[in-house]
Amino acid sequence: MIPELGHFALILALLVALAQAILPLVGAAFDQPRLMALARPAARAQFLLVALAFGCLAASFVANDFSVQNVASNSNSELPLHYRVAATWGSHEGSLLLWTLMLSGWTLAVSIFSRNLPQALLARVVSVMGLVSVGFLLFLLFTSNPFERLLPPAPEGRDLNPLLQDPGMVFHPPLLYMGYVGFSVAFSFAIAALIGGRLDATWARWSRPWTTVAWAFLTVGIALGSGWAYYTLGWGGWWFWDPVENASFMPWLTGTALIHSLAVTEKRGVFRSWTVLLAILAFSLSLLGTFLVRSGVLTSVHAFATDPARGIFILAFLALVIGGSLTLFAWRAGAVGLGGGFELISRESSLLANNILLVVAMASVLLGTLYPLFLDALNLGKISVGLPYFDAVFYPLLAPAVFLMGVGPVTRWRNAPLPELAARLKWALAVAIVTALLLPWVLGRWTPLIALGLFLALWIVTSTIVNLRQRLQSSHRRGLLAKLAANSTSYYGMLLAHLGVAVFIVGVTLVKGYESEQDVRLDTGGSVTAGAYEFRFLGVTPGPGPNYRALTGTVEVRKDGQLIETLRPEKRIYNASGQPMTIAAISTGILGDRYVSLGEPLANDDVRGAWGVRIYLKPFVDWIWVGAFIMALGGFLAVSDRRYRLAVRRRDAPASDAAASVAAAE
Amino acid sequence: MKTFRWSIPLAIFVVLIAFLWIGLGRDPREVPSPLIGKPAPAFRLTKLHTPNETLAASDLKGKVWLLNVWASWCVSCRTEHPLLVQLAKSNIVPVYGLDYKDDPQAGRDWLAKNGDPYTASIVDRDGRVGIDYGVYGVPETFLIDKAGTIRYKQIGPITPEALQEKILPLVRELQQ
Repeated sequence: MIPELGHFALILALLVALAQAILPLVGAAFDQPRLMALARPAARAQFLLVALAFGCLAASFVANDFSVQNVASNSNSELPLHYRVAATWGSHEGSLLLWTLMLSGWTLAVSIFSRNLPQALLARVVSVMGLVSVGFLLFLLFTSNPFERLLPPAPEGRDLNPLLQDPGMVFHPPLLYMGYVGFSVAFSFAIAALIGGRLDATWARWSRPWTTVAWAFLTVGIALGSGWAYYTLGWGGWWFWDPVENASFMPWLTGTALIHSLAVTEKRGVFRSWTVLLAILAFSLSLLGTFLVRSGVLTSVHAFATDPARGIFILAFLALVIGGSLTLFAWRAGAVGLGGGFELISRESSLLANNILLVVAMASVLLGTLYPLFLDALNLGKISVGLPYFDAVFYPLLAPAVFLMGVGPVTRWRNAPLPELAARLKWALAVAIVTALLLPWVLGRWTPLIALGLFLALWIVTSTIVNLRQRLQSSHRRGLLAKLAANSTSYYGMLLAHLGVAVFIVGVTLVKGYESEQDVRLDTGGSVTAGAYEFRFLGVTPGPGPNYRALTGTVEVRKDGQLIETLRPEKRIYNASGQPMTIAAISTGILGDRYVSLGEPLANDDVRGAWGVRIYLKPFVDWIWVGAFIMALGGFLAVSDRRYRLAVRRRDAPASDAAASVAAAE
Repeated sequence: MKTFRWSIPLAIFVVLIAFLWIGLGRDPREVPSPLIGKPAPAFRLTKLHTPNETLAASDLKGKVWLLNVWASWCVSCRTEHPLLVQLAKSNIVPVYGLDYKDDPQAGRDWLAKNGDPYTASIVDRDGRVGIDYGVYGVPETFLIDKAGTIRYKQIGPITPEALQEKILPLVRELQQ
């Protein structure tokens, strides 16, 4: 009964989505306020219906209803409750339902928080989001119905993929989707503006907070996925350039560019068409990512069940949504205009350069991801693109982008004479260079790459200090606290996000530069030294888990002969699927991790014999994820700015007005 | 001219969609290999661990065996590897490895690190044998019967389901 209720709710949601997609849009075109007014109630009704469907699916998982195909394939009665809930979005069908739920949630949020938007604009935005929702609901209902019954019911479920039975995996998909789907708001604002023909600073100001929030969620989502890979896949890597990782990274890069470009459009009224294009791209890449993951055109570690009908459906949907928006862009962008001019050396140009670097980086990731497909389609052979390509292409693009990150915020709008800029930044640059050259000596090994990485991180920090000092000096208020309070929270959000990038770079540089990896054969009682630590292997004990059998190793870690900790890496075999899993034991610290994982038993006797044991020292590796969280925190802080709440009330602030107020603040 | 400039993104997208469309048609997981039911292409290659010995497909006549195409640079191989190690321990069917387009030293290191499930691994440095076998991407696994005929091909990593539901039942049937 409950699954049928969910199915019915989805059908109703589709009908509501159709109404939401068509009526307000028609209303906006013919200036019919009553039709436009339908946008809000439709958004609300759609959210309730999709949430009901999602709740029904979750209830079927919790109740172990193995007469539902989806539950039978992705759950098991031994599965602990919290993973049964998480299994709701562990399958292809469930994750699409989650996607749709997020979309209707974002639509609801837009309809609630944009009360002061002009009615026609809100109607168009909600309609565009409704159109996207129609596509996803059709896809769910026709190719991926999560409520399909299995008759006769299975006596027991096949179990959730053990890789997904992990706390990180519970939160990774929802956060990632919050980000992915969140870009639909910026996208819808862009399309609505193209339809309405008004693209100005106000439009940018409305889009900004939505984009920043989506970006912050995406950042956390990607970081969680990367952290999960680090501790569960058992070989200590944190990024693999896998097609599915790339699928989330491309919208992130574009979203990062979009945030900055929106800032310029809001403050200076320039780059309008470029900003619109980025807004379309960010969401298009989210959709493309869905296509790549769900259609099976590329092989990846994230193997999902694939079905050609689904692939064709998503491709048609992609063609319609992205092709439609780019056609609209080609038709209307010319009318939007370019806005005011600026000199070669100015904050505009440094942000534009940064934007271009980010987009080229995105394009290079896209090319690397799709290259095997292109070659195959042209009958030129089959290859797989790996780490060497991405290393060779990606870092040279991002290094100048990071350098510009330090320059941009200090540079003046419109025109910043080079000598003056150099005078402002010379100390920051000198301190960063000297420290970066010396620090690797202190840490034990000097290579150009370590020095470069440290330089970039230090440069962000020193240039941020210069920037903050300048701001405080130019403030007329008295007292440090009053001066600090004079700046907006969005300014501090920007600083914080930039510092997050610095923390991230420190992590990447030091872990790449100084990590040590040993794969050794250890007999019971055998020991091995890594860095300042001695690792002693005390053998393996078997034991049961809730839905698996585990072999738990015991490894004592000593420093200067003193026992400092005992690590217990595990090997699990899941009962239902028989799939093995490696759970590394990681001792986390601010200066780095000690990482121990069990390889394979090397003797016939699993318990008493020798094992292959991996012992990794990963200096500063956690800075990678902490950095990402700081970036996201910066995003959330920026959005909490009072200005956004005030701005929506001021209906028609022209671009020149916004620019003037910024100029006054400088 | 001006409209042309704004149409560039659309043009790029149309090309992309065309490729994705072709890509869908070639979906590697959906297209059955034309080699199934055909004799396994002959090869004679040096062994990874003992480079002065060689192994030929004909040496394995009379046995049911798996040929697993792997490489040290292949990320997806790591997901299927524990399963292969387990399979090797069960002694149900011998697994031979084809180290595809790989540096032999890197291959040996990788096996030392991750466990060696292979009865023997052979080195296909330039990928010639891979071409004969129609290798799409690494990993791929072929099931070959006593007469030397390819009976099954797994494209991409072996999943526990594929192993339990397809490969092992077929192995038992062929071993009769």
